[in-house]
Amino acid sequence: MAENQIINEMQFDVLREIGNIGSGNAATALAKMLNQKVDIKVPKAALLDFNELPQAVGGEETIVVGILLTLSEDVEGMMMFIMKIEAAYNLIEKLMFMQVDRNGSLDEMQMSCLQEIGNIITGAYLSSLSDLTRLTIQASVPYMAMDMAGAILSVPAIEFGKLGDKALMIEAEFGEDAANEIGGYFLLIPTMASYDAIMASLGIG
Amino acid sequence: MGNMIKIGMAELNVCLPPDAITTLGLGSCVGVVLYDPTQKICGMVHVMLPDSTKIKNNENRAKFADTGIEDLLQRVLALGAVRRNLVAKIAGGAQMFAFKSDNDMLRVGDRNVEATKAKLQELHIPILAEDTGKNSGRTIEFYPETGELLVKSVGKTPYKI
Repeated sequence: MAENQIINEMQFDVLREIGNIGSGNAATALAKMLNQKVDIKVPKAALLDFNELPQAVGGEETIVVGILLTLSEDVEGMMMFIMKIEAAYNLIEKLMFMQVDRNGSLDEMQMSCLQEIGNIITGAYLSSLSDLTRLTIQASVPYMAMDMAGAILSVPAIEFGKLGDKALMIEAEFGEDAANEIGGYFLLIPTMASYDAIMASLGIG
Repeated sequence: MGNMIKIGMAELNVCLPPDAITTLGLGSCVGVVLYDPTQKICGMVHVMLPDSTKIKNNENRAKFADTGIEDLLQRVLALGAVRRNLVAKIAGGAQMFAFKSDNDMLRVGDRNVEATKAKLQELHIPILAEDTGKNSGRTIEFYPETGELLVKSVGKTPYKI
């Protein structure tokens, strides 16, 4: 692996494909929870400069919910799912059949609802990754925070920052239309050694 | 009214009145301002990691507390700041997620603050004010005309340090 370049085109394609499968699984899980059909768009994958990460979700000061899991065993690192606050409100309303005060903070029940959603969505992605690579991936309990996108994304950006200046972000859009969007973005941040392990197990060095 | 100069993650820049300098949504990163109050010259760096010597990929010097602050110092001096007048204000280094583990990877906010303070001490630049740690993100704006650092967090009234 070249030091200046985290991933080459082929590796990028593979990670995007894992993103596709993972989002598909996530949408299925979500559809079961919501008991309704959930459409998914083809996920967009982009290799971004870490400076561009917050722009991708609407700017540094956009309020987002971030759900973070740490990974251990064969793959070490972090996985993050980020959704805009509007998408989080939409999801809570659909799942809990309630109106959410869109100017207030979320109560404990609503927070734990979001945390569970994040857990399911990231779990779906990770299980695809684990199936494809045949690597054992152990995820921590999900940690959640609601804050400015720049601040939330600083956590994975710092991890990426140790490897280089780029990060792979996969945007997964679920839901019927823009007004009801319940989509989000995910970031997989393996450590350097785990990154190599993933690529090796997929047969691309 | 001057312009607002914006710096992103792992970037640095300098600024003169009437302009101001800002970085948005600091999380575990640290925003460091070096300021010469007599010349009203300032600069800001947005550091992401504590130590460039621990990382192989360290070409981007503004990314690290040690090299970033050094470069920032050179930039403000080049603009005419007087070395012995320099003071610092720092903000950031939050722990964004309430981890239960003490995994080192997750305490990077604290480590960034520690490394920033150590570097400033090494350079004999006093820290005039700081707003570090805790668990919320910050947008910071520095006004070289007044020497004030404005800190904004979600759901809180902005305040000056």
